[in-house]
Parts: sequence; C-alpha cells; structure tokens
Amino acid sequence: MSAVPLLKVNDVSKFYGSRIGCRNVSFELWPGEVLAIVGESGSGKTTLLSCLSTRLMPSSGVVEYHMRDGQYRDLARMGEAERRFLMRTDWGFVHQNPADGLRMTVSAGANVGERLMAVGDRHYGNIRATATDWLRRVEIEEDRIDDQPRAFSGGMRQRLQIARNLVTSPRLVFMDEPTGGLDVSVQARLLDLVRGLVHDLGLSAIIVTHDLAVARLLSHRMMVMKDGLVIEQGLTDRVLDDPREPYTQLLVSSILQV
Amino acid sequence: MPTPLVVSEVAKSFTMHLRDGIRLPVVSGVSFSVKKGECVVLGGPSGVGKSSILKMLYGNYAVDAGQILIEHHGHLVDLAKAAPRSVLEVRRDTLGYVSQFLRVVPRVSALDVVAEPLLARGAAQDEAREKASELLAKLNLPRELWQLPPATFSGGEQQRVNIARGFITDHEILLLDEPTASLDAKNRRVVVEMIAAKKAEGVALLGIFHDEEVRDAVADRILDVSAFSPRKAAA
Repeated sequence: MSAVPLLKVNDVSKFYGSRIGCRNVSFELWPGEVLAIVGESGSGKTTLLSCLSTRLMPSSGVVEYHMRDGQYRDLARMGEAERRFLMRTDWGFVHQNPADGLRMTVSAGANVGERLMAVGDRHYGNIRATATDWLRRVEIEEDRIDDQPRAFSGGMRQRLQIARNLVTSPRLVFMDEPTGGLDVSVQARLLDLVRGLVHDLGLSAIIVTHDLAVARLLSHRMMVMKDGLVIEQGLTDRVLDDPREPYTQLLVSSILQV
Repeated sequence: MPTPLVVSEVAKSFTMHLRDGIRLPVVSGVSFSVKKGECVVLGGPSGVGKSSILKMLYGNYAVDAGQILIEHHGHLVDLAKAAPRSVLEVRRDTLGYVSQFLRVVPRVSALDVVAEPLLARGAAQDEAREKASELLAKLNLPRELWQLPPATFSGGEQQRVNIARGFITDHEILLLDEPTASLDAKNRRVVVEMIAAKKAEGVALLGIFHDEEVRDAVADRILDVSAFSPRKAAA
C-alpha cells in the first residue's frame, strides 16, 4: 500500500442557495481503495460526488489530488484545461445513464478510442487494437466494434462506458449508481466485471449507490449520508454488520431478504 | 511462547435505535490470549456472545472498550481502534476468518472463490488455482463443481468452499466460526486434520465448535464465554 492518500477532502460543503447539498465532508481516499457513498435519494451523495470530481464547485472546503508527479493540487485552483485533461486521462466517471457518458452516434470503437487520442495516441491500428481488447475485457463481441451504442442494450452500454473510462488506465474512477436501471442478472455480470477490474488494475474508486448489496460487494469502506451530512463511516463490513446510527440501522434493516 | 493475539478488557453492547434505543449488553471484560500453535475454543451456551467476540476480532463489529492486539508484520496493531485500511491489511496478511456461511459472489467459480485470498496477496493465478484445487480435493468437493459459482451448492458444499478459502493462506491467526456445522463425519475428520496441521505450523487458532467430537479433537483449552456475559449476573 502506498504511503500517501490519492485524494484529500477537507470540510467540503455545497449549498444551493439556502438549501444544503452536502456539508462539512472530510475524508481521505487511499490508492487501491474503493469507497461507497450510500444514503437515500436527496441525501447529498451525488452532490458530493460532483464536488469531488470537479463537476461542481464546492461552496467551501478543499479537495486535493495527488498528481502523477507526486504533488498535491487543489482542484478548485486548477485551470479549466488542466482539469479537463485530468478528467479525460487520470480519472474516469461512470454515469448512471450510459448515454450521459458515451457519444451515442459514433461507433463503440471510437467511443473507446477517443480517450486514447486524448492522451496523444495517433496510430489508428494501435487504437483499434486497444479498443478491441477493451471490448473483449468488458465482454462485448468484437464484431460490434463498428456499431453505435444506440444499437446496444442497457447492460452493454454500461459495459462500453466502463471500457471507455478505463482504457487510459486512470487511477481514480467515480461511479454514480453504475448498476441502477439494469436488471439483476445484468447487474451481477457488471459487478463481477467491475470487481475484477478494480482488483487487477489497482484502481481507487468512489461509488455512489443506494444499493447496500452493491456496496458490500465492491467497497472496502463506506460513508452513510443523510441530509447532506456524513452520519457514519467505517469499514464496509462493520457499517453493515454493526450499524451504530439510527438512520444506518433503519437502512440496513430495510434490506429485503431473498 | 510468542502470543500473536491478545484481547484485553473488551466490552460490546448493541443500541437498538429502532426499538426505542434499548441497549443490549453482549459481553464485557473479555480478556484472553492465544499463543502460536494453540487452538482455543470459545465455549458456553448459544447467545452468550461467542460469535460476537469473533466478529469483533475480525472487525465486523465495533468495540465499545478495550484492546484487541494483533501481531502484524512484527509490530502490534490494536484492531479495536485501527483505521479501515489497517484492518484490511491485517486481514489480508495476518488474520483469517472462516465464517459459518459463505458469502456468494455472482458468477465467480468455487475455485476462484478459494484462490482469491492468495491472489490478493500477490500470488500468481496458476499457483493460486493449483493450491485451491489441492484444498478442494482434500475436502472431497466433487471436481465437477469447481468451475461453478457456489450459489447453488448444498450447505455442506458451500461450507467446504469456505473452509478451503480460509485455509489457503499462511495467515498466522485463524478465526473459525463453526466450520464443521454442516459437514458429514468424513469431512469433519478432514477439517480436524487440517486444523492439526495449522497448529503444527504455529498458527494461533480461535474457534467455536458445537460438535463435541471435533471440539475435543482440536481444543487445547476451552474458554467459557459465560464469564464475560452480563446475563450471568441475572441468571
């Protein structure tokens, strides 16, 4: 394990006018660590994820990222171009709705290849070979490489979105309800895939989900949010097996047993 | 004799916020230690807190008070206060756990479920799978099941997958929560032999065994958990 955190979050708050999005959130994310943020709709999970990934500017607080050159950079003080470059190369963002993360009218291969071109790859043969390899890793048949994602099922689109994000070997991936809207057998396949990739690539990830089973399967550590505040956090097993806060106990006791 | 596991004055209670905040004391003043090569068995009636102690030791339950000292890579870690990433590191390298039930992961084959703890420690895939095969063969799990995900296996088959997964690494401390509960006599004997082998290697074992025959065969010492139970006073 590396000796320094990849992401340092210090007292981040986001207000929408007088409404609270999220408030006073602090934590550190370490290399190889998967953090799940859980809580019901409107608890501030997605707002927090947006603040961390620079999709939103926090109202106050600091988010620092450990760059590949070994320096910490305050994300709010980065230039727009630099931030975009970070998002296209060292980071990934997997949206709940694949249409938000994919370009629906270009081919599957181009969706994956585009991120490679962002990091300077120009050789068409190499790009196509890498794209093919990534489609195989996310279990999309090679002969679908020239099809547009419009022609893909929901599960395939989500897998394509994951391939597009991981092709540049990012160190940090944000996921917003990656399995939401997929039927359970497709979910299982996706979870298994994400689990394997996180392990093989040593990725760090922050996953927003309201599904505690997804959190159990994928995450090492968990934060529970309610009304914009982190009310409980700890080892995922601990939070789920021995929830301490009233709201966490309610969440855990509300899981349906199959 | 080195003592890789020391538990000191550990207390645990549950506060049930959904039941008007009633507080259920589980155990208090739990103090004991396990030496290298020793198998300590937690004894006492059901509901006295045996499994809770194992779960605290593995980090699944929070601890209200006290220390859980584990010797990890030559230094002591207090698991009662350790940060999540330290707990995970201790689990990966030092502290193993065979739970009563297998947590099934969709689509992952029995062989890979067993091999996973070795892969997590950086072993090569072939080597990990080979070791997993040896263990599954030793535990008499039919070979045609190895490539299937264990979700549809019988209780005894799942338990054997779980045991193989727990025993595949050379962790120095092993927690066993009724590993033989749903096994037949033949496989119980296999597990008894495997535990004896771990003891011979110097592993410190702490377990719960309701089966008397198994308990008598593996235990060096029985620790009566009733002594730590608050209900003892009421009874």
